[in-house]
Amino acid sequence: MQHVANLNRSHERADEVAIEVANLGHVYAGPDGGVPALEDISMNVGVGHFVVIVGPSGCGKTSLLMMLAGLRAQSEGSVLCYGRPIPDPDPERVGVIFQEASLFPWLSALDNIEFPLSLRGAPREERRRRAEAMLTLVGLDGFGARYPHELSGGMKQRVSIARGLVQDPPVLLMDEPFAALDEQTRMTMGHELLRIWNTTRKTVVFVTHSLTEAVYLADEVLVMSARPGRIIDRIPITLPRPRTYEMMATDVFGKLRDRIWQQIRKAS
Amino acid sequence: MRRPAPANVRWMMLITVLVLWELVPATGIIPELFLPSLSKTLTVLYQERQIYFAALLVTLYEVFFAMLIACGGGILAGALVGGLTLLRNLLLPVFSSLYAVPIVILYPIMTAWFGVGSESKIAFAGIYAFFPVMLSTAAGIRTIDPQFILAARSMGATLPQQITRVIIPASLPTVFTGLRLGGALAIIGVVVSEMLTSAAGIGYLVTLNRTILESPRVFAAILMILVLAVAYYMLARAIERRMVVWQSAGRQQKVSARDAAAGVPVPAAA
Repeated sequence: MQHVANLNRSHERADEVAIEVANLGHVYAGPDGGVPALEDISMNVGVGHFVVIVGPSGCGKTSLLMMLAGLRAQSEGSVLCYGRPIPDPDPERVGVIFQEASLFPWLSALDNIEFPLSLRGAPREERRRRAEAMLTLVGLDGFGARYPHELSGGMKQRVSIARGLVQDPPVLLMDEPFAALDEQTRMTMGHELLRIWNTTRKTVVFVTHSLTEAVYLADEVLVMSARPGRIIDRIPITLPRPRTYEMMATDVFGKLRDRIWQQIRKAS
Repeated sequence: MRRPAPANVRWMMLITVLVLWELVPATGIIPELFLPSLSKTLTVLYQERQIYFAALLVTLYEVFFAMLIACGGGILAGALVGGLTLLRNLLLPVFSSLYAVPIVILYPIMTAWFGVGSESKIAFAGIYAFFPVMLSTAAGIRTIDPQFILAARSMGATLPQQITRVIIPASLPTVFTGLRLGGALAIIGVVVSEMLTSAAGIGYLVTLNRTILESPRVFAAILMILVLAVAYYMLARAIERRMVVWQSAGRQQKVSARDAAAGVPVPAAA
């Protein structure tokens, strides 16, 4: 089974690096010199790789993701995205997908997806064409005119993914995107995400609390310690792709999940 | 038996009140002086329609400008107070506590400054309605989900874009609530000030006819104010519904989470 994994397309392309983090640290300002949130984080994410970050609550996973997105500045160390620092958000390089609450309720699904394009003044026809293509990609054909409150949690998250993809950034950062969904929808969405990933060939960094989700999705799982967050283990997920639901019942899957769980227990 | 729809019940209640209004004075239980019948009130309203129409125009004129001051100033001040932390910490406690002051005590000052004409009514009602508009605008801006701003920034929105494309639409629902309330208060402010000191308007007709014990005329004026206030409220609600589409969520059919897992056309897995 492990030999099959080596034939995986993402492993073939791992020599090119999309994200390079070196000695990143962060301290939140406060009395007594502040609160250290992240410490000595170094990681490389290869082009087309799917990396999942797990760790105990409050370990700084989300902060790290915000720094990769250029939404927050780190106190020390560097983040390079395709060889260049990312001091400000750059939607051409990095798309960010948040939890479901971040869709704009005053815009229809299609207008939500068009939003990033309209910010930089793309012509109306181009916007519409690309947004509709994204809607098709995420399996929501015909739902474009609906408002977020008329969509279910899973559908909202599909729209979020479409919005993150519409500018065609090579990197996709996802901050617990399925956390608010029920178990069944979550499984479906995970599977959908892999299908979309396979079609679009993005580099993905995905933060989650769910160990099953981590093993199911990832090429590599990074385990973070409790605050201050450090990377304490890197676990390559050698399951072959495409992943199937049946794999969750296998021994290999269980052992991988168990190993992550042991690391998190030690860490928190 | 099926339970009648709430809307029907409401109409029934209204009709009952109108019928009682007509019948009770006729039986003589309540003297005509205290409660003239509906038909008598309407007759007076019709016979003296020119007087009442002229008074209505004066009142509407005053209400319009009072609303303009309250809504324009209230939204502007609310946006500043809600958006800027320094101003918020400085002013919001002051404004919030002023909210409880019966602003009607200012009216004598307004008449001293602006005279007994429309100006003093506009000034008083404008101030009276200003506070709820300002406070709800400030609240609307303060309670915007920070995720919206974060998402907009991640998509490359500049600060002006964040304001026009996210902060303004996101605060609309609360602002509209304030406008609806502020408009209603502007009507109240104008009518009250007309009743206190004035020479024109519907409120003036109420006071004038009360002192000369012309009950049907008093009730005609009251009826007019009632219709005006209800008409305003319904208009404001209608505009609000149009502008804030996503707030009328309750009326739309909602899709459950399970439908999404099963019902959405999911292409075969790659």
